[in-house]
Amino acid sequence: MQPASIQRPISAPRASLMRDPRLRGLFYQVVLLAIVVGVGVEFALNAKANLEAQRIATGFGFLDNTAGFGVNQALIPYQESDSYGRVFLVGLLNTLLVAVLGIVFATVLGFAVGIARLSSNWLLAKLAGAYVEVIRNQPLLFQILFWYLAVLGAMPPPRQSVGIGLQPILLWLADGAGALRYLGLPNTIGDGLRFAADWIGPPMIYLNNRGMVLPEPALHAGASVVGIALIAAIVATIALRIWARRRQTATGRPFPMLAVGIALIVGLPMLAAFVAGSPFAFERPVLRGFNFSSGIRLIPELVALLIALSTYTAAFIAEIVRAGIEAVAKGQTEAAQALGLSRAQALRFVVIPQAMRVIIPPLTSQYLNLTKNSSLAVGIGYPDLFAVFAGTTLNQTGQAIEILGITMAVYLVLSLATSAAMNAYNARIALKER
Amino acid sequence: MQRVVLLLAAALLMTAQSASAQTLKTVKERGTLICGVSQGLPGFSNPDDKGNWTGLDVDLCRAIAAAIFNDPSKVKFTGLSAKDRFTALQSGEIDVLSRNSTWTLSRDSSLGLNFAGVNYYDGQGFMVRKALKVNSALELNGASVCTQTGTTTELNLADYFRAHKMKYEVTAFATADETVKAYDSGRCDVFTTDVSQLYSEKLKLANQNDHVILPEIISKEPLGPVVRHGDDQWFDIVKWTLFAMLNAEELGISKSTLDEAMKSEKPDVRRFVGTEGNYGEQLGLTKDWAARIVRHVGNYGESFERNVGTGSRLGIARGLNNLWNNGGIQYAPPIR
Repeated sequence: MQPASIQRPISAPRASLMRDPRLRGLFYQVVLLAIVVGVGVEFALNAKANLEAQRIATGFGFLDNTAGFGVNQALIPYQESDSYGRVFLVGLLNTLLVAVLGIVFATVLGFAVGIARLSSNWLLAKLAGAYVEVIRNQPLLFQILFWYLAVLGAMPPPRQSVGIGLQPILLWLADGAGALRYLGLPNTIGDGLRFAADWIGPPMIYLNNRGMVLPEPALHAGASVVGIALIAAIVATIALRIWARRRQTATGRPFPMLAVGIALIVGLPMLAAFVAGSPFAFERPVLRGFNFSSGIRLIPELVALLIALSTYTAAFIAEIVRAGIEAVAKGQTEAAQALGLSRAQALRFVVIPQAMRVIIPPLTSQYLNLTKNSSLAVGIGYPDLFAVFAGTTLNQTGQAIEILGITMAVYLVLSLATSAAMNAYNARIALKER
Repeated sequence: MQRVVLLLAAALLMTAQSASAQTLKTVKERGTLICGVSQGLPGFSNPDDKGNWTGLDVDLCRAIAAAIFNDPSKVKFTGLSAKDRFTALQSGEIDVLSRNSTWTLSRDSSLGLNFAGVNYYDGQGFMVRKALKVNSALELNGASVCTQTGTTTELNLADYFRAHKMKYEVTAFATADETVKAYDSGRCDVFTTDVSQLYSEKLKLANQNDHVILPEIISKEPLGPVVRHGDDQWFDIVKWTLFAMLNAEELGISKSTLDEAMKSEKPDVRRFVGTEGNYGEQLGLTKDWAARIVRHVGNYGESFERNVGTGSRLGIARGLNNLWNNGGIQYAPPIR
């Protein structure tokens, strides 16, 4: 540590405090901040006075009041006698569900379409191009309504649900085989198909205008063994991957990590299930009364919103991916091929990592857009945060300022969290100059 | 949404005095009354192909304009969804809300609003497809129900199914049109709202005759005009416009008999048409305020028959909405 006099050998002549640019700057900033805060406080007090003058309820006490209305999709237990605070949680989770699933689907589809657009296969490239141009040039709300009213709305009512499974296909083939009878042949093929259809039983998945019904998994004794096997497989895969990396760095010998990993994660739990005597069963959906009374049901609002949001955002992501890949100089691919890497290896190890640096920042914007666009759910009655909280709850309580404040804060936090995660990922994959 | 933002801006920027603005003065200076109505509910408030609004709720606004300006056309109608209606009133975008809105305690107290009487006594009902062969609301266990969000309907529905230990699935839409469309497309087994609206919305369905309204009435829905807190004079004007229409029917004064009534010697008729006393001036209007209402719009019974009654497309019977001395519960305080 050096003494200060040596650190700054020539000390400037002491000026008055007001002449110090740093201090002056600080002074103005404090004054500005005081004005901004003052105006904010004045607004808040004025709003409170006005609301009180009109005797409109204020405060956050309403969150404990009974909501009294039903919500058609809740990821946590919810009933009408629960509070508005609970409604908030239900809506928030529904928003998160759509946002997270939408981001996953949009990313997968977007990357596939983006890469397909650069494919040397003419048909594939043109199809991908047409997809992008058609989807991204239609308003999103229109697409949501299209999927909801024109596609899912056109499904048959529950009592004539479309079953998705082997049995309907086999029965349909059996009907076709029945035509053989006109040729005077015995209908053994048809009988065989019908027998097979009976043996397989009715389908597990149904589609109707109330949504999609899936079988509900039921756990029997021994199910925990399978769970433990799955966890063990994941841990083993991670350990194996670390070992494989080290070995490759040291010796240069590659290890077929993908194949072994999949074999472990799929194979081990299956083996465990076989040993434990199949502790899983799927309960077949049963039609009773107005609709299927058992099974997991995806409401059409969720399906329509999810399809529309993911396909729409995927069109933009595809363009971002294409831009990212094309931003990588052609020389990089040629150099990779000169080193003896296959086309797929060149794409995976050389092109994509460099393209990601270009892709990530605009991709983050698309994720944020998707999350915020999910509030268009209000158009088709999907119970997201905006619909049940900033819509129904606001309407029943009339407390616009509080509810809009909370809702704005939630979207802000969601967006900032997404940005932070993506920025962290970006920093990790950024080009490191060594 | 923009209405909510407007309300926020109004709440933040208004000075405390302007909260109790003189609505009558504002309306007179502007030269038109701004009236919040539905986005199209035949019989209550519905624009025709030329953009002229008609209906029971519309007539009330025309009556207010007639009382103020002696001209029922000096009204600008703003179509509002159930979700936006109270915010539009709170923010001052409209002067009066006449949009089949149910009078409840929480709306009257915590929203900063006043209900100025009841112009239609209604109740909530259910509509289903005939093909379902359902005869009673009690057979609706497990049904999927479409309704409009931000309504008392949504709450009554929950109460009714809970009280009868029945399961249901509700899908709530932001506007009446979306709700009807979803029901018509088969998304729901049941469409629920006030019975008068069921009759009205039924006209919009693809095949009207395939649907039936169930007999159960599960709630009380007194519908009436609404004004903001803080302007008692305006509250009185809206309230007494409705009472004037009811009193006119009770006194037998209609569009066709108004000229005779102007010459009448009966004290209660004289007080009504303004040839005796200064009741209109007490409200801040002119002496002949009530006569103007009847001349331009007619009495309550005329308005009812024309818009929703058996003479109209809706064909709803007077029922509860008959005058008190005629078997109903419509009862107006006297003008004196």
